[in-house]
Amino acid sequence: MDEIDRALIVATQGGLPLVARPYHTIGEQIGIAGEEVMRRMQALLNGGIIRRIGAVPNHYAIGWTANGMTVWDVADDKVDELGPLVGALPFVTHSYRRPRALPAWPYNLFAMVHGSSREECSAKALEIRALLGDACRANDILYSTRILKKTGLRIGA
Amino acid sequence: MPELTAVDRQIIDNLQGEFPICERPYAEVAERLGITENELLQSLERLLADKVLTRFGPMYQIERMGGAFVLAALAVPETRYEEVTALVNALPQVAHNYRREHALNMWFVLATETQGGIAEAVARIERDTGLAVYAFPKEREFFVEMKLEARL
Repeated sequence: MDEIDRALIVATQGGLPLVARPYHTIGEQIGIAGEEVMRRMQALLNGGIIRRIGAVPNHYAIGWTANGMTVWDVADDKVDELGPLVGALPFVTHSYRRPRALPAWPYNLFAMVHGSSREECSAKALEIRALLGDACRANDILYSTRILKKTGLRIGA
Repeated sequence: MPELTAVDRQIIDNLQGEFPICERPYAEVAERLGITENELLQSLERLLADKVLTRFGPMYQIERMGGAFVLAALAVPETRYEEVTALVNALPQVAHNYRREHALNMWFVLATETQGGIAEAVARIERDTGLAVYAFPKEREFFVEMKLEARL
């Protein structure tokens, strides 16, 4: 990562130009050759700094109108064993262990599920519940009712 | 919401990753999808304008650059919801923000270039809104693969 990589990130974090030769257009914007843009983007991709390049859909607009953040209070000595199994369920799109914020928030395992209806999401939550078994002491599902912002990363120029 | 065409669906289902890095990437993808480069560019423009897509391009993993992502939440009084939304969304560090049904009714992701940027953003939101921010940094990532196909 150097200043040129940083300039590349600032130039592309909002999206790629919709022109025939987008990498060349970016090169013109930041003052390097298109070939250099492609070489650096490939290096950022190989290094995991770029997770992927492509389309980010609005879930609601493509039919996934129920989006539930399922949250679980899982015994501390079981969560690291069970977390990967929850993450491996085909319908879970993200899964993390996070700290509790007691007393307001007892949950330490988060897993996002999506569906065309809340019934579909709650059926998926039941599968997670079954997998967690006795290690789960409490759970909830927080449905999103509005996207307030979805711009993604924005670092300063 | 606008109706999706067969081409839109193909784009959504095949283009959530692996966009090529080459001189004419749209031409390469268009050929794979059996459409022209122009059709692909026009479809992407329309999908972005209609907000079916929120973005088209690279997704950066800021943690690999020394930065941080943190999920955070607020319990916002209903009477102040619009005002607090504007205050929170005004920060460029707020990458996503969702209203959710719970006492903690606003959930957002902070993305900052440095580890210290998170504490600064949290302090700024607390000062601007007068509300306590609940921060839930990830302790472990078990799985992330945010790809959903079109379901319409």
